[in-house]
Amino acid sequence: MDIPYTVKEREDTGLYNAKLGIWLFLASEVMLFGALFSSYILLRVGASPGTWPHSILNVPLGTLNTIVLIVSSITVVMAWASLKMNKFGDWRKYQGITLLCALGFLGIKSYEYYDKFTHYEVITNDGKVFDGHLVMQDTEKVVLHPGNHRVITYAAEQLGYGPKPEAEHGHEVEKAPAAHEATPAHEATAAHGAEAVEEHVTIARSNIKRMQNYGPYHHAYLAIYFTLTGLHALHVIGGALVMAYFFGPGAKMWKSEPERFINRIEVSGLFWHFVDLVWIFLFPVLYLL
Amino acid sequence: MSQTTHDTHSPAAHGSHGGHDLQADLRKYMIVFGALIVGTIVTVLASYIHFGSTSINIAVALLIASVKVFLVGGYFMHLISEKKMIFAILGSTVFFVIGLMYLIIWSMEPTSHIHIPH
Repeated sequence: MDIPYTVKEREDTGLYNAKLGIWLFLASEVMLFGALFSSYILLRVGASPGTWPHSILNVPLGTLNTIVLIVSSITVVMAWASLKMNKFGDWRKYQGITLLCALGFLGIKSYEYYDKFTHYEVITNDGKVFDGHLVMQDTEKVVLHPGNHRVITYAAEQLGYGPKPEAEHGHEVEKAPAAHEATPAHEATAAHGAEAVEEHVTIARSNIKRMQNYGPYHHAYLAIYFTLTGLHALHVIGGALVMAYFFGPGAKMWKSEPERFINRIEVSGLFWHFVDLVWIFLFPVLYLL
Repeated sequence: MSQTTHDTHSPAAHGSHGGHDLQADLRKYMIVFGALIVGTIVTVLASYIHFGSTSINIAVALLIASVKVFLVGGYFMHLISEKKMIFAILGSTVFFVIGLMYLIIWSMEPTSHIHIPH
């Protein structure tokens, strides 16, 4: 038995099945991301002044990823239009570019995640905070590359403990301090003493009070950042898998049921545009504000 | 793969978009694409300008994002020419999302307003 309205539109709704289905699904997706955005608002507003580390993300990479998604959006709609104009070859070209954009987006996002998981904050027994990327570590020492991050000396009570009288200065900076802009996350406390270093910092493990990378557990901002971008990345992966199926084995339908195939491409395109819409909000909220 | 044609059952002939309309649509898509790229660049540049308060900066960024969302939704997703059923679905969704956001703001009583710290 044939399923009705897979190609032709229903008289009462004016929609074919898949189109009604995808819009209902996208409505539920709006609620899902809406709930997470509202969580973001609560966390952002509830943060103490100067403690929201929004500037730790790489804005050029975020901008590049935004452009990659926009390019994929135009190729998705061009792919659909190509089929409408009976140009299957053009459709393959645009669909292929879209898939490459999806892979590019995920590649850039993966690099950003890697950057965060190798970015450490180390608090030493004598009340210093070293912030930088991990160069190497063993049982004796940890080596960080602060780059343009800062080494901040906190008042002992700010860290919730006093410096141990017998604490050794088990860290050495290999190059003289240089002037740099403060990391915004630490602006509020930078006045208590900060110095920026350009070369590697070696810290003895015996002098480390606490060491943690910039994973989702490090700060509420990073928790919501990884949640939102992780969920978005899952949507990118899901959309790319569907489009890859249509690009490969699913393309056979073009010969047997071309109009139904066009409908499928339209529906997958609607999902992809939604993924783009979510990122259009995520980018300024997470990277710029 | 070589280009496949279906002369007798051409989708273009049966679809709601004729070939002439689609050519006009393609031009619109490219204009929207350009606007989205420009909007992205403007968003980044605006973030480096301090408009007097963080709230204004947030408003500017969200305004640009809203314009971009309108362009993608309106033209790429064809919402400017869609059926009433889709608007009914989206309308109810927008209602509940706004309700959700209102509940979030309302839950911040007694301050009753969002204060974005610098």
